[in-house]
Amino acid sequence: MLTIKNLHASIEGNEILRGINLEIKAGEVHAIMGPNGSGKSTLASVLAGREEYEVTEGEVIFQGKDLLEMAPEERAREGVFLAFQYPVEIPGVSTTNFLRTAVNQVREHRGQEALDAVKFLSVMKEKMQLVEIDQKLLSRSLNEGFSGGEKKRNEIFQMAMLEPTLSILDETDSGLDIDALRIVSNGVNKLKTPETATIVVTHYQRLLDYIVPDFVHVLYKGKIVKSGSKELALELEEKGYDWIKEEAESASV
Amino acid sequence: MTTITKNKIADQILGLHPNLNKYQEIRKNSKAFLQDAGLPAPKEEEYKFTAISKKLDQVIKNFGPAHPADLDQELVQKEVFEGFEGDLLIFNNGIYQSELSRFTGQDYTFKVLELEEEGELGKIAKTEKDPFVALNNATFRSGVSIHVGRNKQIEKPIFLLFFNQANKGEIITPRLYIQVEDNAEVTFLENTVSLNDAPYFSNMVTEIKVAQNAHVHYSRLQAESRKAIVVNNFETDIHRDATFTSSVISLSGDMVRNNLTLNLLDSGCEGNMYGLYLLNGKTHVDNHTNVDHTKPHAESNELYKGILADQSRGVFNGKIFVRQDAQKTNAFQQNNNILLSEDATVNTKPQLEIWADDVKCSHGCTTGQLDEEALFYLQARGLAKEQAKGLLLYAFAGEVLEKISDDSFREFVTIKVQERLGSSF
Repeated sequence: MLTIKNLHASIEGNEILRGINLEIKAGEVHAIMGPNGSGKSTLASVLAGREEYEVTEGEVIFQGKDLLEMAPEERAREGVFLAFQYPVEIPGVSTTNFLRTAVNQVREHRGQEALDAVKFLSVMKEKMQLVEIDQKLLSRSLNEGFSGGEKKRNEIFQMAMLEPTLSILDETDSGLDIDALRIVSNGVNKLKTPETATIVVTHYQRLLDYIVPDFVHVLYKGKIVKSGSKELALELEEKGYDWIKEEAESASV
Repeated sequence: MTTITKNKIADQILGLHPNLNKYQEIRKNSKAFLQDAGLPAPKEEEYKFTAISKKLDQVIKNFGPAHPADLDQELVQKEVFEGFEGDLLIFNNGIYQSELSRFTGQDYTFKVLELEEEGELGKIAKTEKDPFVALNNATFRSGVSIHVGRNKQIEKPIFLLFFNQANKGEIITPRLYIQVEDNAEVTFLENTVSLNDAPYFSNMVTEIKVAQNAHVHYSRLQAESRKAIVVNNFETDIHRDATFTSSVISLSGDMVRNNLTLNLLDSGCEGNMYGLYLLNGKTHVDNHTNVDHTKPHAESNELYKGILADQSRGVFNGKIFVRQDAQKTNAFQQNNNILLSEDATVNTKPQLEIWADDVKCSHGCTTGQLDEEALFYLQARGLAKEQAKGLLLYAFAGEVLEKISDDSFREFVTIKVQERLGSSF
């Protein structure tokens, strides 16, 4: 589904990603872990098309198409979804307000019929239950005055509405208490199908108790320095990142 | 520009406007004032960012009065927005046109200024306040005075529709005097239509008395031609327990200056000032607002928002004056701007003068670009960039639009705003 080859990216002249290679197949869940500043969120942002980042080398192929050539909205319509680490507040725009346009743009792109107001509402009600989100919240200005948990649930709600092929969760667990974490993970798990894939960017192993990954990759200084099964995450939890750093440093000498 | 130039314009205008036999005293005083003070020089603080005298000197070729243009019922009907059912007052180059106006039998009285002298005229907007008030006093030829009696609730809005056209750039001088007596309620709507693209100078004065416990809404749309030079002096006296709400939506023009003054004359009264300016091209819009708190327990709220594209320029000057007697005043002011182009400019200046010590006053102003992060967020959900921009700008503008109290007019203005946000931005 997704092939990342030798991806290099920089922001304001600083190279953050220094040659990422990654292969993701349908049905898989990949966890990207790593110490602060290793480039995890940059990878998520580059995949979603954030303009501040400049890709200097490498390629990303998504379902046979060159992802890096596409504008952010084209990526979304092709089926890439980014759950934001810091969902933005937009005064005067409610979730319901923009999401119907968004959903219908995506449906049109996929050759599906547009949802009218009634159908949209019924789909919305169904998906709201997934993340236990209140309709009142969705009619309020987006994320304005939402709690941390409400913001993240709203992200997963939008993911449910847009039915992406590839979901990228950028530190969706950060700052969540255990109840919120359970609700969010539960939503993600229910949305998983054999045709879709998920990239979970996280700092904490805790999330992976709920969203069980098929692969765990450790990012350090802009490269994947170690890959393994979910046991790798447990090892990291126990031993920290220092041994990975040492291994990586000695390998590069 | 020297004193000679500024007086030159005032003198030319006065010289070309014939003396009319009504309002002799106010005209005489105003002429004397103008001959002494002239029109504002560029360095004058009040007109620092809006060199209106210079603009007039460059653009206006004939300083005489504009005569009525060809106007018929068909043209008028085209400009009456959907859903409007109230009274319609038509002005042709500032001259009231009874044959094109329409009344639904609502209970208020009405005078045509050139036919019947309005004794109170000039008592709210005083001659010495602004040279353009003096100029209007000295030269207005027509206009109306509206009187809403005690306890009258005027249910349907009164729509003041101005048609302007001056083929040689002449001067249009509309004049309104409105008295709303105790406990009365009324909504005014105003729009000005340019009949062609030729330049003109419209110098309007509106005076409103809002008597005890009366409630008045006044919504004004400014979408004149790209060549229109406009000065509006709008002043209201607001008495005990009365409320007055102004909404001004500015979409086009060459140079537009709005002076809005709310005199909160007693306790319990409330003045609200809302404004939206959505500018592109080289349009220059200057909103100078002034709220004067004179007595305790009065409230004022102000929100002006601007979206500026191309080489447009916005000026906001918000003066809040709280006199020593005006304890327990609540006065809030906010001005927010989005610049969509590097060549667009905003000058914003809050001006608070507070002489009472037990008051709540706040002000804030922001000027920035469209929120890139919000834009990316919406794109990442599948919205095209232009669509996302439009949505964000509309949300920004919406906070002001929702203050327009009349539903049909709000809808009419909203469509104009959406058209603008969807096209030229």
